[in-house]
Amino acid sequence: MPKPFLSIERMTQRYPDGQGGTMTVFENASFGIEKGEFVCILGHSGCGKSTIMNILAGLAEPTSGVVKMDGFEVSGPSLDRGVVFQNYSLLPWLSALKNVTFGIKARYPDWSADKVEAHARDYLAKVGLEGDVVYRKPSQLSGGMRQRVSIARAFANQPKLLLLDEPFGALDALTRGTIQEELLKVWAGTDQTVFMITHDIDEAILLADRILLMTNGPFARVAESVEITIPRPRTRTQIVEHPNYYAIRNHLVQFLGQRSKELAGKQSGDDDQRPETVRIDKTALVDEEPSAPPPLRAVND
Amino acid sequence: MLDNLSINKRAAILSIVMLVVGLLIWEAAIPAQKAVGELTEYERLTGGGAQKAGVPPPSQVIAKAWEELSNPFYDAGPNDKGIGIQIGYSIYRVLTGYFLAALVAIPLGFLIGMSQIAYKAFNPFIQVLRPISPLAWMPLALFIIQDSEASAIFVIFVCSIWPMLLNTAFGVAGVRKDWVNVARTHELGPLKTAFTVILPAAAPTIVTGMRISIGIAWLVIVAAEMLVGGTGIGYYVWNEWNNLDLTSVIFSILMIGVVGMLLDSAFGVLQRAVAYAE
Repeated sequence: MPKPFLSIERMTQRYPDGQGGTMTVFENASFGIEKGEFVCILGHSGCGKSTIMNILAGLAEPTSGVVKMDGFEVSGPSLDRGVVFQNYSLLPWLSALKNVTFGIKARYPDWSADKVEAHARDYLAKVGLEGDVVYRKPSQLSGGMRQRVSIARAFANQPKLLLLDEPFGALDALTRGTIQEELLKVWAGTDQTVFMITHDIDEAILLADRILLMTNGPFARVAESVEITIPRPRTRTQIVEHPNYYAIRNHLVQFLGQRSKELAGKQSGDDDQRPETVRIDKTALVDEEPSAPPPLRAVND
Repeated sequence: MLDNLSINKRAAILSIVMLVVGLLIWEAAIPAQKAVGELTEYERLTGGGAQKAGVPPPSQVIAKAWEELSNPFYDAGPNDKGIGIQIGYSIYRVLTGYFLAALVAIPLGFLIGMSQIAYKAFNPFIQVLRPISPLAWMPLALFIIQDSEASAIFVIFVCSIWPMLLNTAFGVAGVRKDWVNVARTHELGPLKTAFTVILPAAAPTIVTGMRISIGIAWLVIVAAEMLVGGTGIGYYVWNEWNNLDLTSVIFSILMIGVVGMLLDSAFGVLQRAVAYAE
């Protein structure tokens, strides 16, 4: 089997539990992401999603295990891995435009100032920020606009891997919807690999090629990898009409509501904890029934 | 009629009223010297006709101010220099000591703010040295430096270093982790991170420390110059006290206030320039 573009191999994270022992967040977690893939990770709080994100970003070190990208081991933060943080992390003393050029200047130090600015404006326009708005400071922008700037900053750097840490968590539902579609539009034009944490099932189905499901911690693991068998381009209003939508959604709800608890707390022994691939496709009918262990529990029609 | 004016205008009118009333009370509170002809024989015999030293009325102070300010830079020997020259000397000493202090305090504050170990290692010294009145250093400074001018500058250095040092350390230590992470994920080196992320993030706190320091330095310079003598506004106050020229004393007190206010508002402008809203 060829190595995927990004592979996480036997990653373990333990913290001291404050009583002299250790608390294992996850153990021997292994999974991979292909180039150009959009992968979302879903799981309850405390299962270590953010820890995985920080390790991928290079902001934290796992207790053991390796992360390989393009065949090379990841250590420390790098411009090859862009991050969009939940709280936007814009520098408040810089305008929206300067926040984006800040990133581009770091990425392409030998570009001329004009080229940097044109590139920044280009990406700001892609997320719908044009005109005088780009000269505003983050404090003068709404939450949705701030996250747009943050997304523009990350995409403008064209990193090999883009990490999104619950980017829409702090936004209201309506704003979230429009920015999700903008994110899709920006992403569609690229072969950008994206790894995103979210709490929102619908958001994950809309955006992802594949959803990784995590069991509850401690000893959390990536239990399933659910393929989203809904063709692109997707829009929020159209995907709900697709026959696979509710089948996938119900599977996810079942997992998060019930099986994430049932599967929790199992120590791995020494096994690789690779996720099981789940493929739910009601349009393909019988010809290739996936090896998904759970039968579909709820069906829309 | 007053209701139509803005709050600022109404406040200004109130200020002027307070000033005028205050000056009138002051003027009226000074007992007038009786003319020689009105004195009784007893009063004349006991020296009642001689000029008495007293607190001068505001009219005299204003006249003195006009006289001094219309020719602020004359120099007629060591004990007779214009107010502008005296203030100039004081400002020169304050700024020299102050900027030397900034050169030490801001980099050191950065170090202390960035590193837990440096903070813990420096903290005991800071805690002991900080409460020492800067003037207490004066004898030691005079002995070691052997130069009164440099000693005065040293005293300013010592008094203005602490607020800048502590505020810089506090500001740097308080920079949001997210912003540092932004720098890290953009692979900025330590120097670049310091200048493009930490410095602007901590600037409002640092400038607040600088503003406190310049205020303290201006308070201390008057006392320092009273001790070292020679030139400066502090020396001028003391010299006029020795001359029993209370009009000049009051005038110079007012000038100290005005210059202090100008220094402070300069840093107020700087503070607004580096401020940001989150």
